[in-house]
Amino acid sequence: MNNKTRTPLFHVSKRGLLPWYKTWGIRAVALLLALVSCGVITSLVTGQNPFQVYAAIFNGSFGSPRKIWVLLQNIAMLLCVSLAVTPAFRMRCWNLGAEGQALIGGLAAAACMILLADKMPNWAVIACMCLASIAAGAIWAGIPAFFKARWNTNETLFTLMMNYVATQLVAYYCVVWESPKGSGTIGVINPNTEIGWFPQIGSYKYLLNILIVAAVCLAMYIYLNYSKHGYEITVVGESERTARYVGIKVDRVIIRTMLLSGAVCGLTGLLLVGSTNHTLTTTIVDGRGFTAVMVSWLAKFNPIWMILTSFLIVFLGRGSGEIATKFGLNRSFGDILTGLILFFIIGSEFFINYQIHFRKPGGKEG
Amino acid sequence: MKKLIALMLAVVMVVALGAVAPAASAETTVKAGFIFLHDENSTYDLNFINAAKEACEKLGVEYLLKTGIPEGQECYDAAAELVDEGCNFIFADSFGHEPFLIQAAKEFPEVEFCHATGTQAHTVGLANYHNAFASIYEGRFLGGVAAGLKLNEMIESGAITEDQAKVGYVGAFPYAEVVSGFTSFFLGVRYICPAATMEVTFTNSWYDPTLEKEGAIKLISNGCVLISEHADSMGAPTECESNNIPFVFYNGSAADACPNTFIVASRINWAPYMEFAMTCVANGETIPADWTGTLATDSVLMTEINEQAAAAGTAEKLEEVKAALASGDLKVFDTATFTVDGETLTEYLADVDDMGDFVPETNVIADGYFHESEYRSAPYFDLFIDGITNIDA
Repeated sequence: MNNKTRTPLFHVSKRGLLPWYKTWGIRAVALLLALVSCGVITSLVTGQNPFQVYAAIFNGSFGSPRKIWVLLQNIAMLLCVSLAVTPAFRMRCWNLGAEGQALIGGLAAAACMILLADKMPNWAVIACMCLASIAAGAIWAGIPAFFKARWNTNETLFTLMMNYVATQLVAYYCVVWESPKGSGTIGVINPNTEIGWFPQIGSYKYLLNILIVAAVCLAMYIYLNYSKHGYEITVVGESERTARYVGIKVDRVIIRTMLLSGAVCGLTGLLLVGSTNHTLTTTIVDGRGFTAVMVSWLAKFNPIWMILTSFLIVFLGRGSGEIATKFGLNRSFGDILTGLILFFIIGSEFFINYQIHFRKPGGKEG
Repeated sequence: MKKLIALMLAVVMVVALGAVAPAASAETTVKAGFIFLHDENSTYDLNFINAAKEACEKLGVEYLLKTGIPEGQECYDAAAELVDEGCNFIFADSFGHEPFLIQAAKEFPEVEFCHATGTQAHTVGLANYHNAFASIYEGRFLGGVAAGLKLNEMIESGAITEDQAKVGYVGAFPYAEVVSGFTSFFLGVRYICPAATMEVTFTNSWYDPTLEKEGAIKLISNGCVLISEHADSMGAPTECESNNIPFVFYNGSAADACPNTFIVASRINWAPYMEFAMTCVANGETIPADWTGTLATDSVLMTEINEQAAAAGTAEKLEEVKAALASGDLKVFDTATFTVDGETLTEYLADVDDMGDFVPETNVIADGYFHESEYRSAPYFDLFIDGITNIDA
């Protein structure tokens, strides 16, 4: 190399595979740095003792048996949507419509609860709800998938726009089924007969949800890693041309995978309406459809790792709420801390994949 | 009615006593937990948050605030967590919280649950679950009086003719609370300016700055010369300011943002109810299933009048009308002052018992007026009276 060319101060190169203890070492350092900078910001901005703030964040999730149940329930709901978007993401098909697909699933469940309540026995209503929700979610994802497979439309924009359609549909039906008149809210559906309410296991309100999502998580792991479909998804994700070359019908895989993605979103809506809230609002999915994108990415599309990443996000969210209540701070402060911690964690992935080389004093690089 | 007066007197006494000796007579130590739909960035919730802090600090009560609690199972979870923290008084501020708060009230009978704007306390049969509201229709009426004075001033100065005295109203939902609000506002306008008419449009949302702005634009282009509203954003007021259209606001003053057009606003002050209910818990007294705050309990307040926009003499007139309302000489919903489809009402069944059946069951007209917020605290006046046009219908 000509010595007169200026070497930059540093340059970045891709790393080879690091041994597991190094990658986890980098992550641990990132978490430590995150906690330290959160502590500094907390003391500077609010004057609170950062250790008390950390204790409160921890307390928000583990402070009482009830809080642990709520934590598990929230993890289950977030995980369910995250599992839903994952097969599409593995295929490099950006399904950003999970929010709408879950919402439309919830709408279908609520419709069954309201319209079929006095027409059939409870078990039949619940069966209809399951079918309708899963089908509705699948259709909501199937429409953009069909357009993508047929005319190569952009699925990111299409699925995103379908969210707004779903929200407006739910808003419309909130007015159609409103109680009391004019309020624009549905209230609890079948409060006295409890028709369409999922059974409660013992005295544990959320156990059913948690078990269902655990089963879905395991099934998704097996489907993606050990089935022919899962393999096809991976191949299409790596290269559509290769997939075509080896004889995979790409259009079919896209539509099939999106239908599955939407169906699991529909299931989330079903659990939110039938098992948890027993009502329907436009905000019932609560942004989980978008948070799921982060959960799925952080876990590198691995369903088992997603348990951990959704725990992390729910844990931080519950912690934000707790410090807002405990110290009278605005919830946004908790969100700032969450943002900082996520910044460091996502940033650490950079240092796992890449290496920075600084210019050596002699101008020669190592 | 006697009961109501007795209740109000009781409240006034309690509040007065509370002011002298904060929580001195307390037998039970109160720990209060509050559940809010949004945080202080929403004008609606801010009004509650301020009241909660004010009431608790006045009584020396320890309190916890939970903000950003959606109208779903999260509300039950939040209430249950507050019980775990040792709260024996829990208050929620949004209509949709009601069924989930009832769920918590059933599970924790030893804790008192109070809910603003709800409708079910008097029928649900729980001793520890209570609703509250305020006779905000009186505040709306006073806002209407200020608007009527402004219209008269515009007519006298020749800016408009009597035929053009049309006001506009941006409503949220066609819900009784909103209908009661705009009707009382309109009756206040007509009390001063008999020629006035009104147009109403709905956004079908409690908070949507864009739709509220568009509603105001629609009304102004229809020839409305004064605007009022019932929704929680600054969408309509800022539009009025840029068009130089005077307006009457809700929830708080807009004088800073709209110095040229903001006249006055009414708002509900929740502190008196919170103080009353927490004092009941402290003394082991029963909180009534429904509680309606009034002008007399300081639950219905008017902001400062913006002299720059208001007609001359507004302050004096408002004091005069306020005194007449407080004494009972003047009734907002006096059936002699309005008609529905050309008829004067002598009887009207309202859906006071909200059983989800939509069956109206209670006659609410007696002694020549519509008894709003007396059979339950949440409003139930849901009639469209003559002179008001719904432009969305």
